[in-house]
Amino acid sequence: MSVSSVEPVVPTPTPAPAAPDGPAARVGLWRRLLRDRTAVVCLVVLGLVVVASAAAPLLTSADPSSADIADTLAPISAKHPLGGDGVGRDVLARLLYGGRTSLLGTLLATAVALTVGVPTGLTAGYLAGWFDSVASWLVNLVMALPAIIILLVVLAVAGPNTYLAMAIFGVLLAPGVFHLVRASTSAVRTEAYVDAARVAGLSDARIIRRHILPVVQAPTIIQAAYMLGVGIALQAGLEFLGLGSPTQPSWGAMLNDAFTRIYDRPALILWPGVALAVTTAAFAMLGNALRDALDPSRATLTGRRATGGPATGDGRAGDGATGGESGAVATATRAPAPEPEGGRLLVVRDLRVAYPAPAGTSTVVDGVTLSVRRGEVLGLVGESGSGKTQTAFAVLGLLPTTAIVTATGIHFDGTDLRALDERHLNDLRGRRIAYVPQEPMSNLDPSFRVGSQLAEPLRRHLGLSRRAATRTALDLLDRVGIVDPRRVLDAYPHQISGGMAQRVLIAGAVSCNPDLLIADEPTTALDVTIQAEVLDLIRSLQKERNMGVVLVTHNFGVVADICDTVAVMHQGRIVETAAATELFASPRHLYTRSLLGSTLENAPPRGPYPAAAAVDGSAP
Amino acid sequence: MTEPLLSCRDVVVEYPGTGFRARPQRVLHEVSLSVRQGETLGLVGESGSGKTTLGRAILGLVPVSGGTVVFAGRDITRLGRQERRDLSAAIQVVFQDPYSSLNPARTVGDILTEPLLVAGVSRSQADQRIRDLLDQVHLPADAARRLPREFSGGQRQRIAIARALSRSPRLVVCDEPVSALDLTNQTRVLDLFIEIQERTGVAYLFITHDLAVVRRISHRVAVLRRGDIVEIGDARQVTTEPTHLYTQRLLLAAPVPDPRLQAERRAARRRLAEQVTRSQTGPTNRPPTMTGVGITGGPATDGPATAAAAGVPGERA
Repeated sequence: MSVSSVEPVVPTPTPAPAAPDGPAARVGLWRRLLRDRTAVVCLVVLGLVVVASAAAPLLTSADPSSADIADTLAPISAKHPLGGDGVGRDVLARLLYGGRTSLLGTLLATAVALTVGVPTGLTAGYLAGWFDSVASWLVNLVMALPAIIILLVVLAVAGPNTYLAMAIFGVLLAPGVFHLVRASTSAVRTEAYVDAARVAGLSDARIIRRHILPVVQAPTIIQAAYMLGVGIALQAGLEFLGLGSPTQPSWGAMLNDAFTRIYDRPALILWPGVALAVTTAAFAMLGNALRDALDPSRATLTGRRATGGPATGDGRAGDGATGGESGAVATATRAPAPEPEGGRLLVVRDLRVAYPAPAGTSTVVDGVTLSVRRGEVLGLVGESGSGKTQTAFAVLGLLPTTAIVTATGIHFDGTDLRALDERHLNDLRGRRIAYVPQEPMSNLDPSFRVGSQLAEPLRRHLGLSRRAATRTALDLLDRVGIVDPRRVLDAYPHQISGGMAQRVLIAGAVSCNPDLLIADEPTTALDVTIQAEVLDLIRSLQKERNMGVVLVTHNFGVVADICDTVAVMHQGRIVETAAATELFASPRHLYTRSLLGSTLENAPPRGPYPAAAAVDGSAP
Repeated sequence: MTEPLLSCRDVVVEYPGTGFRARPQRVLHEVSLSVRQGETLGLVGESGSGKTTLGRAILGLVPVSGGTVVFAGRDITRLGRQERRDLSAAIQVVFQDPYSSLNPARTVGDILTEPLLVAGVSRSQADQRIRDLLDQVHLPADAARRLPREFSGGQRQRIAIARALSRSPRLVVCDEPVSALDLTNQTRVLDLFIEIQERTGVAYLFITHDLAVVRRISHRVAVLRRGDIVEIGDARQVTTEPTHLYTQRLLLAAPVPDPRLQAERRAARRRLAEQVTRSQTGPTNRPPTMTGVGITGGPATDGPATAAAAGVPGERA
């Protein structure tokens, strides 16, 4: 089947002006696409349609336009494999040649839309400023125009012409492409790597080609697949109305002809109908499959997971050799193993958390045992990927559903948390176990006032009236050191600072007088002066209410400031548990020592600036 | 060599206000500082102090509204795109977030060769150069073929450093380059910065919020607060015996990894805060003093752990 020389129809469904991308990325896309059964079926169907239309002269000897009065409504025969139509033309020939018109027309529309939309969208998104304003205004104007009326007017003036109609339709589709490209461009324009490219001396054109086009490419290709489907349907509609070129065979015109004979020969409507339905559906489903295979968020997701997600691979990879750690991590527990006695508020025994991974499961928490007494502050300290947050979340029951959690016991004040159903757990969380997150801003709903977010749990858990809840919320804000509680109560989260947001969250956490407070890096996102104040606040609330606190942190300074007991985590295990004073005075485990050794607070300052001559001499 | 490599004089940066005819928001008020060749100037401040803005102004990523920036004897305050591009060999940058500063779709080799190819270096020379660079930042040579996401945060930051060094710059603006890293990686990356500086004589403007980090790497330190430099001087002096009240507060707020010292520091911080309130509200408007305060912390520091700074000048703001 020598297709390529016959027609300029591209045998791939992605005619977007793809940037010269790395071969690796391309191969990845194809491989992912070919693993998707729907995508393969769509590609095969579209391939068949393209080949059949392109090779029409080889597949049938009949002329799609020559009418033979004798063959009017001819039955299926060797001469006419699909019969003859109302004026005696061969249905198969018209179907095959009609495919050319449909495919070329929709390709034309898509190509026009991309040619107009992509460059303008890129420029507007990248340069912003006046070009963006003007272009956006014009595009909105075009979008406001009723497409079908424009098409009808143009065709009424210029006479029926399929390709003219499709070119104009392409212009009318361009605003969608423009908005898509502009949005993705302005999203990456502020990325640090684009700034880095500018500092590296790259020209704007090169930055757009190398750093922005690849990001824009994926959504544009997906959009193109949908536009191809829409184009075919619209074109058939126009031809059905008799607005296509009268001499060209087309699926829409076939539908029109068939419609006039619908009582004599209803089967005539079947062939173009099936062709249209199958092709349009294939384009639409291919668009979906492409979206899954090409989703640009996927690449960034995997890149970022190292910071917070459950992936353990990155955490373990470390930076170079992690200070003399062997595979066998011995546990240097000084305190005797915690006994399940009454005084202990939280007892976690042999907790394991794992996630499904390509090869079996990957374990992120590996046999953690810890306990917290009433009025005790336990520091759970470790580097990223050590499993400290996963441990805290396992206690809170907030791990994603994919997590496989096992433990000999997670007892809170005598109750086994694992035995509770979601409703009882919810009752416990917020009321007796409170949580303070790392990112205060993302934990406040931006669309509600601070006051209503504080009052809601009070009304739910304590059954207070609206007025009483508001009064309590005011008292709480006052208690956490907010100077003007009334103003903050009426503010939206974006109107308050990060430090204030964290105070609000702490106020919310202690609002129902919890017995246990779990704080996950509560001060990491804050400035040091604010951090000191927030730690003071947690300390005083903890003393005042005799709360048990689990504080997850990576900062040994924070640990020294507030914790009574410290558990050091490394690669999912607790390697050392000790009283804070003891741990800092004589760390027992090698890993703890290497961590404490790398804290900069104790390091001597760098010497003064050397004599200029010495530096000058050594410069290359 | 009396002439500094970079000097900023009365630099003002304003962002346009939001809304019709809104007054522009001034984020830097006439900031002056200088960096000599081979020197690290630490720029410390809290969020909103304008430290990142100053770095971006020097890099030409935000427009300067007033004052001058002079680099190697040349006024670079307002350069055209082409001139700025020509300057890119001499002034480079390392950003905070090693996750967003490397294009996830490009291999490390692509990322590193790009600035060189733009500068007109041949492909084979560029390949040779990135082998040297990867070696300099202690990454394996096969790193060039891999994608950024295959590396940990610390390794990514090494890649970003290699990119900054690729054209042998004379000044690197480091914008919180170790803030996103774990403790052990932080120390290693700082050591790498120092090692490179001692070998090549590159100057750093090192922007950070962390006094411990800045003490480790800087020769001199400038403290920025709400767009003003409140204190500038020798790193040892600023980070152990600060004279300005704000720097003292900053220093006392940073917790030290030692429960006993930290308790002392906490008490000192509280005393300082009380003094400030008293001096603001009380009848005697005397500048507060701070004596017997455990500021320097750790056992590794020599000298007494006190900062007897009598006659502290009051806050300017």
